[in-house]
Amino acid sequence: MAEITTFSGNRGLQLEEPLIFEQGCPGRIGVDIAEPGPIDEDRLGGLARKGTIGLPDLSEPQVVRHYTRLSQKNYGIDSGFYPLGSCTMKHNPRLSEKMARLPGLVDLHPFQPRSTVQGALEVIDLLAHWLKGLTGMPAVAMSPAAGAHGEWCGLMAIRAYHDDHGDSQRTRVLVPESAHGTNPATAAMCGYSVDPVPATERGRVDVAALKAKLGPDVACIMVTNPNTCGLFEDEILDIAQATHEAGAFFYCDGANYNAIVGRVKIADLGVDAMHINLHKTFSTPHGGGGPGAGPTVLSEKLAAYAPLPFVVHGAGGLELVEHAEQAGGAKPFGRVKGYHGQFGVFIRALAYILSMGADGLRQTSGDAVLNANYLLASLKDVLSASFDGPCMHECLFDDRFLKDSGITTLDFAKMLIDEGFHPMTMYFPLVVHGALLMEPTETEAKETLDGFIAVIRALAAKAKAGEADDFKAAPRLTPRRRLDETQAARVPVLRWKHGANEG
Amino acid sequence: MRYLPHTEADRRAMLATIGAKDVDALFKDVPAAARLDRPIDLAAGQSEMAVERMFTRMAGKNLSAGHAPFFIGAGLYRHHVPASVDQLLTRGEFLTSYTPYQPEVSQGTLQYLFEFQTQVCLITGMEVANASMYDGATACAEAAVMAARVTRKKNIILSGSLHPHYVETTRTVVKHQGLEVEELAPDPFGLEDLMGRVDSRTACLIVQNPGFFGGIRDLTQLADACHEVGALLVVAVAEPVSLGLITPPGAMGADIVVAEGQSLGMGLQFGGPGLGLFATREKYVRQMPGRLCGQTVDQDGKRGFVLTLSTREQHIRREKATSNICTNSGLCALAFTMHLTMLGETGLTRLAKLNHAQALRLEQSLRRVKGAKVLNQTYFNEFALYLGDEVDAGEVVEKLAAKGILGGVPAARFYPHWPELRPVLLLAATETNTQDDMDALVSALSEVL
Repeated sequence: MAEITTFSGNRGLQLEEPLIFEQGCPGRIGVDIAEPGPIDEDRLGGLARKGTIGLPDLSEPQVVRHYTRLSQKNYGIDSGFYPLGSCTMKHNPRLSEKMARLPGLVDLHPFQPRSTVQGALEVIDLLAHWLKGLTGMPAVAMSPAAGAHGEWCGLMAIRAYHDDHGDSQRTRVLVPESAHGTNPATAAMCGYSVDPVPATERGRVDVAALKAKLGPDVACIMVTNPNTCGLFEDEILDIAQATHEAGAFFYCDGANYNAIVGRVKIADLGVDAMHINLHKTFSTPHGGGGPGAGPTVLSEKLAAYAPLPFVVHGAGGLELVEHAEQAGGAKPFGRVKGYHGQFGVFIRALAYILSMGADGLRQTSGDAVLNANYLLASLKDVLSASFDGPCMHECLFDDRFLKDSGITTLDFAKMLIDEGFHPMTMYFPLVVHGALLMEPTETEAKETLDGFIAVIRALAAKAKAGEADDFKAAPRLTPRRRLDETQAARVPVLRWKHGANEG
Repeated sequence: MRYLPHTEADRRAMLATIGAKDVDALFKDVPAAARLDRPIDLAAGQSEMAVERMFTRMAGKNLSAGHAPFFIGAGLYRHHVPASVDQLLTRGEFLTSYTPYQPEVSQGTLQYLFEFQTQVCLITGMEVANASMYDGATACAEAAVMAARVTRKKNIILSGSLHPHYVETTRTVVKHQGLEVEELAPDPFGLEDLMGRVDSRTACLIVQNPGFFGGIRDLTQLADACHEVGALLVVAVAEPVSLGLITPPGAMGADIVVAEGQSLGMGLQFGGPGLGLFATREKYVRQMPGRLCGQTVDQDGKRGFVLTLSTREQHIRREKATSNICTNSGLCALAFTMHLTMLGETGLTRLAKLNHAQALRLEQSLRRVKGAKVLNQTYFNEFALYLGDEVDAGEVVEKLAAKGILGGVPAARFYPHWPELRPVLLLAATETNTQDDMDALVSALSEVL
């Protein structure tokens, strides 16, 4: 196909869009605001701003068009198949968005008197009820803002327990090599040292190595289950028992809870604490990278250390405990963020949970695992599967199938973009070479998967045929082609400045 | 189920390809003792209509801000969000995308983050800003840890002007990181003396401007005092609209500025999700936590954007990362940047002036309430009102609520150990208040006091 050039740089529906700073014209406005009355310089402490801020002035139609055009440069679940392993890109129900916009729920201030927010506290309480019921855990800390934040909450509760029991010599945390990077970073934030545990050839925690590392200085283990290779840790009960016998806790990274929700109670696996990524398992929008929510379920032993604030049932209705001295016998380890948690995310997750119900959630994890195994079975003869199945909600391949082709995992992924798919997760987990991690999720129809499988098979054949140049040149049909990340890091340009950012 | 496309025939065909008897067989690695063979004993799924009914019922139990004269602030402010902001926010390509790992299909997200970072720099008067954090409180805690990393010192001093949730969050975050926190007493009069507090052990001093009780202060000398002893000045801003009218922290010598971005684009949402803004000096950029978007060029030489400097982050650096943060608050950053783009220079300065003028009107109106007096010398759109020696502001607020008025927050809700703050009420005014609201508050206050 001959390269088509245009005078404008636009390509049909692919429209070039300048930065807002390149579009402004002083005196325009996108919001009509009443002319303010006089201000009082003294009341401002003589600190009224001098000079201009430098923001561009645009009218409403310009702003609407700007963001509409930007949105068209993005790939979302609404656009197509998004098998980004470990991220659970499934359909985001619009009912959740509608509920999160009910004025009676969204237009509430967290410091209104309790009597005026009983319905909001009920949302938090009802969601907590479901999270506890589904996991079989007795308590849940609702306020963590994201998965990594929930991990930290769990480890803080663990540390509070140990410190409270005169067990402060426990400073080591065992973390499998396949873990998300957040796990070691979180352990470090709690003042713990990280001791990595190797994986077996079966892609699971090396239980013998883990047991050898357990000891009186181990505070906890952090195990993702199902793990980041998409496999269930089949020796989990043994791991939990050994951990408990050593006086340590079992922190489960719940990033992949969506694979087993409704089919396994976390409590039955011997887990002491686990965060739940509401944005993954309960399908709230990922929004270009947040906001998420990471409520953390806790065992009986750890429950008393849950952070502030939390909702309790009082004589006059639901109450919010905001200070340690109102917490009865509990010993909260502190506060993890402002206000009462990711309420807007809670509404969406609860709408999803109530829609699915216990039966629907069980079907959800079943279909998620079915879809991943279908991909694995349909692709293992042309790609190199890292481990034998069955897998859980995602399937892992490595780059052996590209050996001597001159094509890398990255090239392969970029080729998929031209074919209209969002690539899988690349180069994670680190325990296999050139990882390609695919998570199809339960909301994809068989036809979608079949279309994807056909394309992957064709690309694998093309790679085998030695057509490396095509892969190196991909993507060619996107608003931008491969971007120079080295330059971006070497000479960081992190903001617009007048006259400095021409493309 | 409406979100699950498979028919039973699909499932059977797929199982045949896999070579499994049924779906349960795929779960064979789960120990049998932990495998449930039927749904958990909780409610069954429901239709859209039924779920909507449940939420409508719960919503009906609340008194929403739009249905009452409303004067609550204390770190979160009720502003009018233009209709187009929320309409654009629900575009699926924004809503249902994720972290822009593949920049060729994420230029939309990356460009708005680049614009967001620039806007945050401009309003705070700083040189670089990240792509956002969870909220103002966690951004504040991250600033404390970063300051310790930059200065290699251990003492964190928290001014009495700092939001109590920021104080509590920072205390929790640094607890096991070998840092010491000195928390100063709440400062309703804005008289706190900070000049003598910093010394050679100080990593940073964190102040809020406008303060939690509303007061505004010149931080220039404080910045100099910090710099003389090798400490950083961290300034927290809970009300970013104030930056349209007040000298920004960057112009007063701040080294790190953290803020809560909720005021723009997002509405109240019962306090979450929030949006943490984080800005600093260029020389500290490699010590900064959080995602960063940078400009570069593509293969054809066209301008484009990517996530950059990721060697600071957990997925590369693991336990040596600047923070464990992974996501930012992408969609909240989008709401913020869209609202700020709608406002522009003209709109933000006008909105800020209007907010201040509204607070002046509120103070003026409250002069009609016997015994009540404003404690502040300075304020932007919020101040502390002293209700009288024997008055419990908490009881007053409950009585106002019974009259359908959401009349501020009692200071004692945050400071239960400070009996002298029991009569203090925090009141905020924004562009959303009318003179009728103010009159209703004044007459209700006069009745209950």
